[in-house]
Amino acid sequence: MRFAVITFPGSNCDQDCKHVSEEVLGVETDMLWYENEVELDQYDCVILPGGFSYGDYLRSGAIARFSPIMNSVIEYSKNGGLVFGICNGFQILLEAGLLPGAMKANNNLKFVCKDIDLKIINDATPFTNKIQKGEKITLPVAHGEGNYYIDQAGLKKLKKNDQILLKYFDDDENPNGSINNIAGICNKKRNVFGLMPHPERAAEVILGSKTNDGYRIFESILNYLEKNKCTKRGEKIDS
Amino acid sequence: MKWEVKVETKLKESILDPQGQAVSSGLEALGYKNVSDVHVGKYMELTVEDIDNKKEVQKQVDEMCQRLLANPVIEDYDFQIAEVEK
Repeated sequence: MRFAVITFPGSNCDQDCKHVSEEVLGVETDMLWYENEVELDQYDCVILPGGFSYGDYLRSGAIARFSPIMNSVIEYSKNGGLVFGICNGFQILLEAGLLPGAMKANNNLKFVCKDIDLKIINDATPFTNKIQKGEKITLPVAHGEGNYYIDQAGLKKLKKNDQILLKYFDDDENPNGSINNIAGICNKKRNVFGLMPHPERAAEVILGSKTNDGYRIFESILNYLEKNKCTKRGEKIDS
Repeated sequence: MKWEVKVETKLKESILDPQGQAVSSGLEALGYKNVSDVHVGKYMELTVEDIDNKKEVQKQVDEMCQRLLANPVIEDYDFQIAEVEK
Protein backbone atom coordinates (compact mmCIF):
# COMPACT_ATOMS: atom_id res chain seq x y z
CA MET A 1 0.00 0.00 0.00
CA ARG A 2 1.36 3.39 -0.94
CA PHE A 3 -0.22 6.86 -1.02
CA ALA A 4 1.00 10.07 -2.66
CA VAL A 5 0.52 13.70 -1.65
CA ILE A 6 1.04 16.39 -4.29
CA THR A 7 2.70 19.68 -3.39
CA PHE A 8 1.72 22.65 -5.54
CA PRO A 9 3.35 26.06 -5.13
CA GLY A 10 1.30 27.45 -2.24
CA SER A 11 0.04 24.16 -0.79
CA ASN A 12 0.20 24.40 3.00
CA CYS A 13 -1.51 21.23 4.22
CA ASP A 14 0.68 18.78 2.30
CA GLN A 15 2.85 17.84 5.29
CA ASP A 16 -0.24 17.43 7.50
CA CYS A 17 -1.71 15.03 4.93
CA LYS A 18 1.54 13.08 4.79
CA HIS A 19 1.67 12.96 8.60
CA VAL A 20 -1.86 11.56 8.89
CA SER A 21 -1.42 9.14 6.03
CA GLU A 22 1.98 7.87 7.12
CA GLU A 23 2.11 8.23 10.91
CA VAL A 24 -1.54 7.88 11.91
CA LEU A 25 -2.89 5.60 9.20
CA GLY A 26 0.42 3.76 8.75
CA VAL A 27 0.63 3.83 4.96
CA GLU A 28 3.91 4.66 3.21
CA THR A 29 3.45 8.05 1.56
CA ASP A 30 5.46 9.84 -1.11
CA MET A 31 5.51 13.58 -1.67
CA LEU A 32 5.18 14.51 -5.35
CA TRP A 33 6.18 17.85 -6.88
CA TYR A 34 3.69 19.61 -9.18
CA GLU A 35 6.21 20.14 -11.99
CA ASN A 36 6.73 16.46 -12.73
CA GLU A 37 4.45 14.25 -14.78
CA VAL A 38 4.79 10.89 -13.05
CA GLU A 39 3.43 7.39 -13.34
CA LEU A 40 0.80 7.32 -10.59
CA ASP A 41 -0.33 3.74 -11.13
CA GLN A 42 2.02 2.58 -8.37
CA TYR A 43 -0.11 4.51 -5.85
CA ASP A 44 -3.32 3.34 -4.20
CA CYS A 45 -4.52 6.86 -3.45
CA VAL A 46 -3.41 10.33 -4.55
CA ILE A 47 -4.14 13.27 -2.24
CA LEU A 48 -4.43 16.91 -3.39
CA PRO A 49 -3.94 18.93 -0.20
CA GLY A 50 -5.30 22.27 0.94
CA GLY A 51 -3.56 25.60 0.68
CA PHE A 52 -3.41 28.51 -1.74
CA SER A 53 -1.87 27.13 -4.91
CA TYR A 54 -0.55 29.97 -7.08
CA GLY A 55 -1.81 32.42 -4.44
CA ASP A 56 -5.40 31.72 -5.53
CA TYR A 57 -4.72 34.09 -8.44
CA LEU A 58 -7.47 34.35 -11.06
CA ARG A 59 -9.64 31.73 -9.29
CA SER A 60 -8.77 29.16 -6.62
CA GLY A 61 -7.22 26.15 -8.33
CA ALA A 62 -7.48 27.65 -11.82
CA ILE A 63 -3.75 27.73 -12.53
CA ALA A 64 -2.72 24.65 -10.52
CA ARG A 65 -5.13 22.71 -12.71
CA PHE A 66 -2.66 23.14 -15.58
CA SER A 67 0.37 21.89 -13.61
CA PRO A 68 2.20 19.07 -15.39
CA ILE A 69 1.29 16.60 -12.65
CA MET A 70 -2.42 17.20 -13.26
CA ASN A 71 -2.11 15.35 -16.58
CA SER A 72 -0.99 12.35 -14.54
CA VAL A 73 -3.84 12.83 -12.06
CA ILE A 74 -6.44 13.00 -14.85
CA GLU A 75 -5.04 9.85 -16.44
CA TYR A 76 -4.89 8.09 -13.06
CA SER A 77 -8.51 8.97 -12.27
CA LYS A 78 -9.64 7.71 -15.69
CA ASN A 79 -8.05 4.38 -14.82
CA GLY A 80 -10.07 4.24 -11.60
CA GLY A 81 -7.36 5.39 -9.17
CA LEU A 82 -8.57 7.01 -5.93
CA VAL A 83 -8.14 10.80 -5.96
CA PHE A 84 -8.84 12.73 -2.76
CA GLY A 85 -8.96 16.55 -2.86
CA ILE A 86 -9.16 18.60 0.32
CA CYS A 87 -10.16 22.29 0.27
CA ASN A 88 -7.83 23.81 -2.35
CA GLY A 89 -7.42 20.25 -3.66
CA PHE A 90 -11.22 20.12 -4.14
CA GLN A 91 -11.09 23.49 -5.96
CA ILE A 92 -8.38 22.14 -8.28
CA LEU A 93 -10.48 19.03 -9.04
CA LEU A 94 -13.44 21.27 -9.94
CA GLU A 95 -11.32 23.48 -12.20
CA ALA A 96 -9.88 20.37 -13.84
CA GLY A 97 -13.39 19.10 -14.53
CA LEU A 98 -12.82 15.87 -12.59
CA LEU A 99 -15.74 16.90 -10.39
CA PRO A 100 -18.78 18.92 -11.53
CA GLY A 101 -19.62 22.48 -10.41
CA ALA A 102 -17.54 25.47 -9.33
CA MET A 103 -16.56 27.50 -6.26
CA LYS A 104 -17.58 31.08 -5.60
CA ALA A 105 -16.48 33.47 -2.85
CA ASN A 106 -18.21 32.75 0.48
CA ASN A 107 -21.59 34.46 0.69
CA ASN A 108 -20.52 36.65 3.60
CA LEU A 109 -17.21 37.44 1.83
CA LYS A 110 -15.30 36.37 4.94
CA PHE A 111 -12.61 33.78 5.36
CA VAL A 112 -14.21 31.21 7.67
CA CYS A 113 -12.01 29.21 10.01
CA LYS A 114 -13.86 27.10 12.58
CA ASP A 115 -15.22 23.67 13.48
CA ILE A 116 -18.35 22.74 11.55
CA ASP A 117 -20.91 19.98 12.05
CA LEU A 118 -21.51 17.83 8.98
CA LYS A 119 -23.84 15.02 8.01
CA ILE A 120 -22.81 11.95 6.04
CA ILE A 121 -25.20 11.50 3.09
CA ASN A 122 -23.65 8.50 1.37
CA ASP A 123 -21.57 5.95 3.27
CA ALA A 124 -21.22 3.40 0.45
CA THR A 125 -18.06 4.90 -1.04
CA PRO A 126 -14.30 4.37 -0.77
CA PHE A 127 -14.09 7.59 1.26
CA THR A 128 -16.93 7.35 3.78
CA ASN A 129 -17.46 3.65 4.53
CA LYS A 130 -16.25 3.91 8.14
CA ILE A 131 -18.92 6.47 8.99
CA GLN A 132 -22.67 5.81 9.18
CA LYS A 133 -25.08 7.45 6.79
CA GLY A 134 -26.88 10.27 8.63
CA GLU A 135 -24.18 10.46 11.30
CA LYS A 136 -23.05 13.87 12.52
CA ILE A 137 -19.31 14.48 12.36
CA THR A 138 -17.26 17.58 13.16
CA LEU A 139 -14.41 18.87 11.01
CA PRO A 140 -12.65 22.23 10.74
CA VAL A 141 -13.12 24.45 7.69
CA ALA A 142 -10.74 27.23 6.60
CA HIS A 143 -11.53 28.90 3.30
CA GLY A 144 -12.61 32.08 1.57
CA GLU A 145 -13.92 30.48 -1.60
CA GLY A 146 -15.97 27.48 -0.58
CA ASN A 147 -19.38 28.49 -1.85
CA TYR A 148 -20.16 25.46 -4.00
CA TYR A 149 -22.33 26.12 -7.02
CA ILE A 150 -23.86 23.83 -9.61
CA ASP A 151 -26.84 24.51 -11.87
CA GLN A 152 -30.20 22.85 -11.23
CA ALA A 153 -29.70 20.16 -13.87
CA GLY A 154 -26.30 19.32 -12.38
CA LEU A 155 -27.69 19.23 -8.85
CA LYS A 156 -30.40 16.83 -9.96
CA LYS A 157 -27.74 14.53 -11.41
CA LEU A 158 -25.65 14.69 -8.21
CA LYS A 159 -28.68 13.64 -6.18
CA LYS A 160 -29.80 10.95 -8.60
CA ASN A 161 -26.34 9.35 -8.65
CA ASP A 162 -25.89 9.76 -4.89
CA GLN A 163 -22.72 11.81 -5.45
CA ILE A 164 -23.22 14.11 -2.46
CA LEU A 165 -21.16 12.45 0.26
CA LEU A 166 -21.42 15.03 2.99
CA LYS A 167 -23.35 18.20 3.75
CA TYR A 168 -23.10 20.97 6.31
CA PHE A 169 -25.40 19.72 9.06
CA ASP A 170 -28.12 22.33 8.48
CA ASP A 171 -28.59 25.84 7.06
CA ASP A 172 -27.12 27.38 10.23
CA GLU A 173 -23.95 25.31 9.94
CA ASN A 174 -23.44 26.20 6.26
CA PRO A 175 -20.44 28.56 6.51
CA ASN A 176 -20.29 29.78 2.92
CA GLY A 177 -23.65 29.64 1.14
CA SER A 178 -23.03 26.39 -0.73
CA ILE A 179 -26.04 25.22 -2.70
CA ASN A 180 -28.00 22.49 -0.91
CA ASN A 181 -25.50 22.73 2.02
CA ILE A 182 -23.07 20.63 -0.03
CA ALA A 183 -19.66 20.14 1.62
CA GLY A 184 -18.22 17.24 -0.39
CA ILE A 185 -19.00 15.33 -3.58
CA CYS A 186 -17.61 12.47 -5.61
CA ASN A 187 -17.70 11.70 -9.32
CA LYS A 188 -20.13 9.23 -10.83
CA LYS A 189 -17.56 6.41 -10.70
CA ARG A 190 -16.96 7.18 -6.99
CA ASN A 191 -13.17 7.24 -7.29
CA VAL A 192 -12.68 11.02 -7.15
CA PHE A 193 -13.71 12.83 -3.95
CA GLY A 194 -13.45 16.49 -2.97
CA LEU A 195 -14.52 18.28 0.21
CA MET A 196 -14.01 21.74 1.70
CA PRO A 197 -13.50 20.73 5.38
CA HIS A 198 -10.07 19.50 6.52
CA PRO A 199 -10.12 15.87 7.73
CA GLU A 200 -6.32 15.91 8.08
CA ARG A 201 -6.67 18.59 10.78
CA ALA A 202 -9.00 16.41 12.87
CA ALA A 203 -7.27 13.07 12.86
CA GLU A 204 -5.78 12.94 16.37
CA VAL A 205 -7.46 14.06 19.57
CA ILE A 206 -4.04 14.48 21.21
CA LEU A 207 -3.35 17.42 18.90
CA GLY A 208 -6.36 19.29 20.22
CA SER A 209 -9.20 18.43 17.89
CA LYS A 210 -12.49 17.58 19.58
CA THR A 211 -12.91 14.35 17.63
CA ASN A 212 -10.87 12.18 15.31
CA ASP A 213 -13.67 12.27 12.73
CA GLY A 214 -11.20 13.27 10.05
CA TYR A 215 -9.23 10.11 10.64
CA ARG A 216 -12.33 8.07 9.81
CA ILE A 217 -12.24 9.37 6.24
CA PHE A 218 -8.60 8.28 5.85
CA GLU A 219 -9.52 5.00 7.56
CA SER A 220 -12.37 4.51 5.06
CA ILE A 221 -9.93 4.76 2.15
CA LEU A 222 -7.62 2.17 3.71
CA ASN A 223 -10.57 -0.10 4.56
CA TYR A 224 -11.85 0.11 0.99
CA LEU A 225 -8.44 -0.63 -0.49
CA GLU A 226 -7.82 -3.60 1.81
CA LYS A 227 -11.21 -5.11 1.00
CA ASN A 228 -10.70 -4.61 -2.72
CA LYS A 229 -7.07 -5.70 -2.83
CA CYS A 230 -7.61 -8.41 -5.41
CA THR A 231 -9.88 -6.32 -7.56
CA LYS A 232 -8.34 -4.80 -10.63
CA ARG A 233 -8.42 -1.05 -10.33
CA GLY A 234 -11.43 0.54 -11.98
CA GLU A 235 -13.57 -2.57 -12.15
CA LYS A 236 -15.23 -2.38 -8.79
CA ILE A 237 -15.44 1.09 -7.33
CA ASP A 238 -18.54 0.75 -5.13
CA SER A 239 -17.70 -0.90 -1.86
CA MET B 1 0.85 42.10 -36.24
CA LYS B 2 0.29 43.04 -32.61
CA TRP B 3 -3.09 43.11 -30.92
CA GLU B 4 -4.24 44.62 -27.67
CA VAL B 5 -6.90 42.52 -25.97
CA LYS B 6 -9.17 43.53 -23.11
CA VAL B 7 -11.04 40.72 -21.36
CA GLU B 8 -13.84 41.08 -18.82
CA THR B 9 -15.34 38.26 -16.80
CA LYS B 10 -18.24 38.32 -14.37
CA LEU B 11 -20.60 35.89 -12.69
CA LYS B 12 -23.53 34.85 -14.86
CA GLU B 13 -26.77 36.81 -14.40
CA SER B 14 -28.49 33.81 -12.81
CA ILE B 15 -25.81 33.42 -10.13
CA LEU B 16 -25.87 35.36 -6.89
CA ASP B 17 -22.90 37.75 -6.74
CA PRO B 18 -21.94 38.28 -3.05
CA GLN B 19 -19.33 40.93 -3.90
CA GLY B 20 -21.80 42.87 -6.03
CA GLN B 21 -24.31 42.80 -3.18
CA ALA B 22 -21.72 44.03 -0.67
CA VAL B 23 -20.68 46.91 -2.94
CA SER B 24 -24.34 47.72 -3.56
CA SER B 25 -25.08 48.05 0.15
CA GLY B 26 -21.89 50.11 0.57
CA LEU B 27 -23.08 52.56 -2.06
CA GLU B 28 -26.47 52.70 -0.41
CA ALA B 29 -24.83 53.47 2.93
CA LEU B 30 -23.05 56.41 1.25
CA GLY B 31 -26.41 57.79 0.27
CA TYR B 32 -26.66 56.59 -3.32
CA LYS B 33 -30.18 55.20 -3.03
CA ASN B 34 -30.77 55.01 -6.79
CA VAL B 35 -28.15 52.35 -7.52
CA SER B 36 -28.96 48.67 -8.10
CA ASP B 37 -27.74 45.63 -10.06
CA VAL B 38 -24.09 45.97 -9.01
CA HIS B 39 -21.87 43.23 -10.42
CA VAL B 40 -18.20 42.82 -9.60
CA GLY B 41 -16.05 41.13 -12.22
CA LYS B 42 -12.45 40.93 -13.39
CA TYR B 43 -10.66 42.90 -16.06
CA MET B 44 -7.56 41.69 -17.86
CA GLU B 45 -5.33 43.21 -20.54
CA LEU B 46 -3.10 41.21 -22.79
CA THR B 47 -1.06 41.58 -25.95
CA VAL B 48 -1.23 38.95 -28.66
CA GLU B 49 1.42 38.76 -31.35
CA ASP B 50 2.24 36.80 -34.50
CA ILE B 51 -1.31 36.61 -35.86
CA ASP B 52 -2.25 38.67 -38.93
CA ASN B 53 -5.97 38.10 -38.99
CA LYS B 54 -8.39 39.50 -36.39
CA LYS B 55 -10.68 36.49 -36.70
CA GLU B 56 -7.79 34.24 -35.68
CA VAL B 57 -7.09 36.45 -32.66
CA GLN B 58 -10.77 36.21 -31.69
CA LYS B 59 -10.61 32.46 -31.97
CA GLN B 60 -7.55 32.24 -29.76
CA VAL B 61 -8.86 34.65 -27.14
CA ASP B 62 -12.18 32.82 -27.01
CA GLU B 63 -10.34 29.57 -26.46
CA MET B 64 -8.19 31.11 -23.70
CA CYS B 65 -11.32 32.41 -21.97
CA GLN B 66 -12.97 28.99 -22.14
CA ARG B 67 -9.90 27.17 -20.84
CA LEU B 68 -8.47 29.50 -18.21
CA LEU B 69 -9.42 33.18 -18.05
CA ALA B 70 -13.07 32.47 -17.20
CA ASN B 71 -14.79 29.52 -15.57
CA PRO B 72 -17.69 28.89 -17.97
CA VAL B 73 -19.59 27.00 -15.24
CA ILE B 74 -20.25 30.24 -13.36
CA GLU B 75 -18.87 33.12 -15.42
CA ASP B 76 -19.65 35.00 -18.62
CA TYR B 77 -16.86 36.73 -20.48
CA ASP B 78 -16.51 39.40 -23.09
CA PHE B 79 -13.49 40.79 -24.91
CA GLN B 80 -12.38 43.55 -27.24
CA ILE B 81 -9.52 43.34 -29.69
CA ALA B 82 -7.71 46.30 -31.22
CA GLU B 83 -4.69 46.37 -33.48
CA VAL B 84 -1.72 48.14 -31.90
CA GLU B 85 -0.61 51.07 -34.08
CA LYS B 86 3.01 50.91 -35.10
